[in-house]
Formats: sequence, C-alpha cells, structure tokens
Amino acid sequence: MSTDTAPPRSTEAAGSPGPVPVSPLSLWAGDVATVTWRNLIKFRRNPEILLFAVLQPIMFVLLFSQVYGGSIQIEGGNYTDYLMAGIFGQTVLFGSTFSGYQMAQDLKEGMIDRFRTLPMHDSAVLFGRTNADLVLNGVSVVIMMISGAVVGWRFHEGWLSFLAGVGILLLFSYAFSWVMALLGIIVRTPEVINNASFMILFPLTFISNAFVQTDNLPRALEVFANWNPISALVQAVRELFGNTGAAPTPDTFPMQNPILTTVAMSLLMLAVFVPLAVNRFRQASSR
Amino acid sequence: MAIIEAHDLRKTYHSRSGDVHALAGLSLTVPEGTVKGLLGPNGAGKTTTVKVLNTLLRPDSGTATVAGVDVLHDPEGVRRVIGASGQYAAVDEHLTGRENLEMVGRLYHLGGSRSRERAKELLEQFDLTGAGDRPVKGFSGGMRRRIDLACALVNNPQILFLDEPTTGLDPRSRLGLWDVIKDLVAQGTTVLLTTQYLEEADYLADDISVIDHGTVIAEGTADELKAQVGGHRVVVTLVDSADADAARAVLERHGTDDVQQDTGGRTLSVPVTEGPGALQHVLADLASADVRLHDAGMRRPTLDDVFLRLTGREQADDTASELEESA
Ligand SMILES: Nc1ncnc2c1ncn2[C@@H]1O[C@H](COP(=O)(O)OP(=O)(O)OP(=O)(O)O)[C@@H](O)[C@H]1O
Ligand SMILES: [Mg+2]
Repeated sequence: MSTDTAPPRSTEAAGSPGPVPVSPLSLWAGDVATVTWRNLIKFRRNPEILLFAVLQPIMFVLLFSQVYGGSIQIEGGNYTDYLMAGIFGQTVLFGSTFSGYQMAQDLKEGMIDRFRTLPMHDSAVLFGRTNADLVLNGVSVVIMMISGAVVGWRFHEGWLSFLAGVGILLLFSYAFSWVMALLGIIVRTPEVINNASFMILFPLTFISNAFVQTDNLPRALEVFANWNPISALVQAVRELFGNTGAAPTPDTFPMQNPILTTVAMSLLMLAVFVPLAVNRFRQASSR
Repeated sequence: MAIIEAHDLRKTYHSRSGDVHALAGLSLTVPEGTVKGLLGPNGAGKTTTVKVLNTLLRPDSGTATVAGVDVLHDPEGVRRVIGASGQYAAVDEHLTGRENLEMVGRLYHLGGSRSRERAKELLEQFDLTGAGDRPVKGFSGGMRRRIDLACALVNNPQILFLDEPTTGLDPRSRLGLWDVIKDLVAQGTTVLLTTQYLEEADYLADDISVIDHGTVIAEGTADELKAQVGGHRVVVTLVDSADADAARAVLERHGTDDVQQDTGGRTLSVPVTEGPGALQHVLADLASADVRLHDAGMRRPTLDDVFLRLTGREQADDTASELEESA
C-alpha cells in the first residue's frame, strides 16, 4: 500500500454535494439510478437468475400445451392461445418474488449497512431494487412470448391492445415487487421468502383461470377463482391479446371488469406498500 | 471542542435467551484530529458504540453528536462527513472492486467522472489495481477488507469509524494500513477505531477507552493506562536455579511488591518504583552475591497487562507469560 496518494481534503468532497446546487429530486433520481445499475450488474453477471425465472414457466408451457393440451378444451378457441396469458401472469408473479429474496439477502450480507452510512436517500435502495426487478420481469416476459410463439401462440387484437396487455403485466409485477420487498425486509431470511412465496403463490395460480376455465373447477374453488386477483390479471391480459376464445366470462366484478380491477389493484398496492416498505426499511436496517 | 461526543448511551437487545445490555450508560469524547482506540473483550459493546455513532443504530437513550451534528436528529448530516468500515466487509460481491468504489462515490454525489477518478486513486492506494476489475466474489479475505476500507475513504471523510480494521490482514497489509491511517490523521482526519490488537491501539491511538459490559471502565493515553497497572518490573534469568534464593533476597530488597518466580525457578521478577536505577542496584548486588545471570532487564507493562487487569479476564499472577517475554 502506498501512503502518499491521499489528496488533500477539499471542502467540496467533505461537505456539500457539489459546487452547483442540485435539486433534492435529481439527487434522489441519481441515487435510484445508481442502485438500479448495481442490481442490473448482478443480473448480467449471473445469467442463471434469468434462467430460473423462465425455467418454470417454460416447463408449464410444454406441459400444458404439449402434454395435456389435447385433453383441455376451450370453447371456441385454441388452448395454447388461452394458456399463454396464464403463463405470462405466472411468470411476473414469481419473478416479483425475487425483490423479497434479494432485499433479505442484502440485509443479511450487510450491504444495507454500507448504504445506510452514505448520505443517500433510504428509499433509493428500494426503488433501485424494484426497478431492476421490473427489467428482469420485462426480459422474462419477452422470452416467454418467444416461447409461446414457438408453440403457436398469437395475439389477435392489434399492436396497441398488445402493448396495453404488456403494460398491465409490468404494472402489476412492479406493484407486487413492492409487496415482496416489504416481506423481504420483515422476514430477512432469503430461503424463507423463497419457500413461503412458492407455497402461497403456487396454489393461488392453480385456483385461478390461469390454466383452465374456472367453470371446470369444483364449485367452492370456482367462486374463489372468480374473485382471485390473479384471475383478474390473467383475464385482462387474455382479453387484450384476444385469446379468450368463446369461453363465457364469469359473472363477478373482477372478471367482468378485469382491466379496471387489475389497474386499480396495482395502484392500490403501490399506494399502500411503497410507503410501508420505505418506512419499515428505515427501522429494519437500524436494529 | 470534541468532534465526537457521546453521553450516557444505552442500548438493550431483547433476545429469546434474555436481555443483553450492550450499552449501559456509555460516554465518550474524541477531540478533533486525534485517534481514539476502543479496546474491550468480545461482546463488550465496541461494535454497538460505533454503530450508534455512524447512524446505523438508534440507542434506547442518551445523546451523541458527530462534528456538532446530532446523530439522532440529523443522521444524514452525519453521513455526509463520515466514512465507516464495519467489522464485516460490506461490499457487493457481484461488483468489481472498482465498481464498488464508483458506486459509493456516486452515492456521495461526487458525480460520474470524479467517482471514477477517486476509485482509481483508492485502488492504487490500497494496492488493488491488479484485482480492481475482478468481481469481489473472487477476492481473498484481506483484499475484501481493503476494498471495504477504501469504500470508507471515498469522500475524504472528516471523521472515520473503523471497526477492527486490520482483523484478517497479513502483517504487511496491516503495517500498510497503519501508514494510511497515520497519513489521514496527519491531514486532520479524526479516527475512532476498535481493535483486538493491543499493539495497534498502542501505535495508532492518542487516547484509549477500555470498554466492558457496555461502559467505559478506563480511559487515557496508552502510557497513562500502563501506569495505572504499575510501573517497571525488573526481570532476571539465572544460569543456575540453585542461586534462586540468593537472587530472591536481592530482588525483595529493591522491589515494591512480592517477587514472582516462574515454574522452572530460573526467572524472577519484581515491581520497582524507578526502573533504570533499580536495575543497576539489583545487578550490582547480584554480582557481589556471585549470582551468575543468563539475562537481565526491565520491562514496562504492556497494554495486554492493562487489558487483562482491567477487564478481569485473568488474574494478576499471569507471571508465566510476563516472564517469557523478558527472557
Ligand atoms: N443484533 C443483536 N441482537 C442481540 N444481541 C446483540 C445484537 N448485536 C449485539 N448483541 C449483543 O450485544 C453485546 C455487545 O455486542 P458488540 O457487537 O457491540 O460487541 P463487541 O465489543 O463489538 O464484540 P466483538 O469484539 O466480539 O466484536 C454482545 O453481548 C452481543 O451479544
Ligand atoms: Mg465488534
């Protein structure tokens, strides 16, 4: 180690953020961008994260469209078309759990302690997390769309409607990332987050319209499925992609108004969980 | 005015096995431009103290200011002027060393080009230029430690908190780091460091606080603390243990307390008031008593003696180790 290179301390580096006064908002945006960049580097250096995000949905595509496909009938439509909206929903739902896993991991490894001794905005750590996971989810969705196209899936309502469907998927995934991030801060054990979210989300996607028409389910489950928020998300995407076939729309509010329901639900999640997660993060990291 | 001031800090951890009073009314002051060493056995509360001062932890009660800024009311104000390196390296495994430093620079709002420049300087300063572009995942423990320390220096902090900065470093890196710290202090940086190495506190710290059970149990310069434990000892090692009784009689005449004898019987020591003079008298008397010596000298108490005595982890008759050192 050489000892002669430490430059004399400038008042600029030690005190104020810089010579030009910068607005708090742009400082905050800069912090968010820096943390997002840091999280994206991890994705780039560990492609297996993306692989695991799409592996399960790809297996589901093969299983349902190729193995069981022949035995599942959709009224007036083709099952592969019907299935893919469910697969996209499943992809972003499980993809968002990564936010919780990674928050817990960062807390455990002490990286958060580093952030907490820097004059950055606390919330930037969380926004940087959810932003990066939004990118991950976006890439996963693209991969799943290519996989779907390979087995014959097509959208039928034009590009505008298609983009609206993608937008809804990503909006939901972003909002759900915040829910998971809060859980990650509370639970603090990455493995627990992984197992718990699998155990809760797996049945939720099965007792929904993701893979089958809900009127094929036993009565009690059918009622549940028609109120299940995941069904609303899948229904919204399915409608926007023109993949519903002639299947009747169940007579519940979320199923009759899936787009409105999903957008409202996502905005509500954001309104509740963003402040909750930021607040909890402030306390959690100062234990 | 003191640049770090802590008053009556208390922090209790509630765990399943009961409450732990990590801080039990701890007070501390560090004058600007000095190095304060925190010494104490495992679990004494050193890390907890540092975490309160660098805003990572809120105490249950008590007050603290760093550079005149209240740690509890304006943590962000404190963070702007400090650098901190924790007991366990807090760096991103997946980023390279350079990227870690750049990230920290950006989060200090230095801007992109200044952050890159600073990262380059620090990699050079910490001998990491070669490894700087590899992900930290592949770093050795010592390299990780160094990149963590470099992260703490990105903003040229006015005040530096180092929790066991040299644990796990090889001797060369340790000496290198000592030089870095001395250099920073020469430029006016104030340092609060904890350490398990007493010679490190002895070498670096202007003032030392010995902590145990969450309070400061002794304070002062290394010399003052040593004086508290006692002055010089005269130590002689005999050629023939048959002379032991004669030697013991001489030492008793010049000592201020009981003579201690090691298990082999050939090494004896006694505390004295005025070291060099007492040594001369002892040597003269031993010569006239025809006692042949293998070795003779005096030794001052080390910080180890201070540490062990004050924290009561070992009783005063640790003569075996004491005498080995002088032999
Ligand atoms: N998060 C925690 N939960 C419960 N107890 C804790 C926690 N952190 C510290 N403690 C307890 O508080 C006491 C003081 O811990 P601290 O880490 O400050 O000690 P230390 O002096 O740094 O020790 P060491 O030399 O081992 O690093 C210990 O008894 C420790 O077990
Ligand atoms: Mg410690």
